[in-house]
Amino acid sequence: MKRVVITGAGTINSLGHSVPDTLEAMREGRCGISALEFRDVERLAIQIGGQVRGFEAEGRFNRQQMTLYDRFTQFTLTAAKEAIEQSGIEFHGDIAARSGVVLGTAGGGVSTWDDNYRSVYEDGKNRVHPFVVPKLMNNAAASHVSMEHNLKGPSFTVSTACASSNHAMALAFQMVRSGAAPAMLTGGSESMLCFGGVKAWEGLRVMSKDACRPFSANRNGMVQGEGAGVFVFEEYEHARTRGADILCEVVGFAMSSDASDIVMPSKQGAARAMSGALADAGLSADSVGYINAHGTGTAANDKTECAAVAGVFGPHADELMISSTKSMHGHLIGGTGAVELLACIMALRDGVIAPTIGYEEPDPECALDVVPNEAREAKVDVALSNAFAFGGLNAVIALKRI
Amino acid sequence: MSISDRVIAIIAEQAVLEPSDVTPESTLEDLGIDSLGLVESIFAIEEEFDISIPFNANEPSASDFDISNVAAIITGIQKLVSEKV
Repeated sequence: MKRVVITGAGTINSLGHSVPDTLEAMREGRCGISALEFRDVERLAIQIGGQVRGFEAEGRFNRQQMTLYDRFTQFTLTAAKEAIEQSGIEFHGDIAARSGVVLGTAGGGVSTWDDNYRSVYEDGKNRVHPFVVPKLMNNAAASHVSMEHNLKGPSFTVSTACASSNHAMALAFQMVRSGAAPAMLTGGSESMLCFGGVKAWEGLRVMSKDACRPFSANRNGMVQGEGAGVFVFEEYEHARTRGADILCEVVGFAMSSDASDIVMPSKQGAARAMSGALADAGLSADSVGYINAHGTGTAANDKTECAAVAGVFGPHADELMISSTKSMHGHLIGGTGAVELLACIMALRDGVIAPTIGYEEPDPECALDVVPNEAREAKVDVALSNAFAFGGLNAVIALKRI
Repeated sequence: MSISDRVIAIIAEQAVLEPSDVTPESTLEDLGIDSLGLVESIFAIEEEFDISIPFNANEPSASDFDISNVAAIITGIQKLVSEKV
């Protein structure tokens, strides 16, 4: 088996349009959640979100590209460019033929669906743009990354709701570890902040109208975000030979299915994913210093996740740090694991633990060190990133300092 | 049908029971309605009466809308309907 390292990272989200800007915001505990701005927002009961501001797609992409790129694809391409530039990896010849793209998204081109349904149903038009289908399809982003960067190996999109990115990154990890691919572009993207995208979530009655406060006793729901996170996963010797700057090592993963409820989380399912990731990595529970929690800020998730952590880690659960950066960038649904992986990289590489902001009141059912409100300096050797999706599909990734 | 009968009919349908099995004293738990069933019932009631019920599944007891039993739900609906212009 090959060792797998991360040699490039890119992002765009409500905290920043690049990795350095995002990490700076996380260090400062800044909140990217604010009043949503888009058409018909006044008809929504939920009017806040982690929206990407000041992103001028028109300046980045030409007219022909704009007809093909939904906002989730625009985010993905922006993040992928940053990741590849940082990595310095070049895709040509055999490397290009064997390297691919595995990305996660839950909704794909949601705003393209939204705009065109509006056009045919509300405006009564009988004709849509010829590229509606290639623009909205869930694999559009992965395909455009492969075209833009000459990646000709295994490429596809994974859609497992809120765990999409973690499932995608786990698959990319497997491909590099097995030797099937020397490098993979992986991560995920989401852009659901449009009228239809928020209206659908509103229906579930689990959204907060004011803030995302994970683990806090007065938490009252999740807040949506948008954006992308993309990484270069590379075989260790390949990265070392070309003198790449290695951000951290990916050492294990596990996936599990609750097989119980379509929306309610399961302590056992979450616990099996965490302990499975440790077993896959060959690590003991007490080596883990930081967990980037799924931490949605809903009543159900946070207490279930804390109970699962307590179960897996025993007394060490009180020693480790666990935070939810969704309090800052919101829940990026299918893209969330990718942006949250950045907090794990920051913990391992920079020794800075991103905080759970908005924390106001301790909850006895979430009695862990959730790094409330302010970032903390700490040396961390191993970090886990949790994602637990609707449908009971869980994916946990283990990372190690290098 | 009175507001009370209409609410009971919706709750009974959700619980897969006859309306006669739903009494004012019944709690949703008694009727076997879980959190998902509750959210569906609230949606159905909102549609039936064209009202908005302030309910967040994360803090069911925090809103003004009392769901402790069927009678409380009916009282809450009657209030919301009367407030509707």
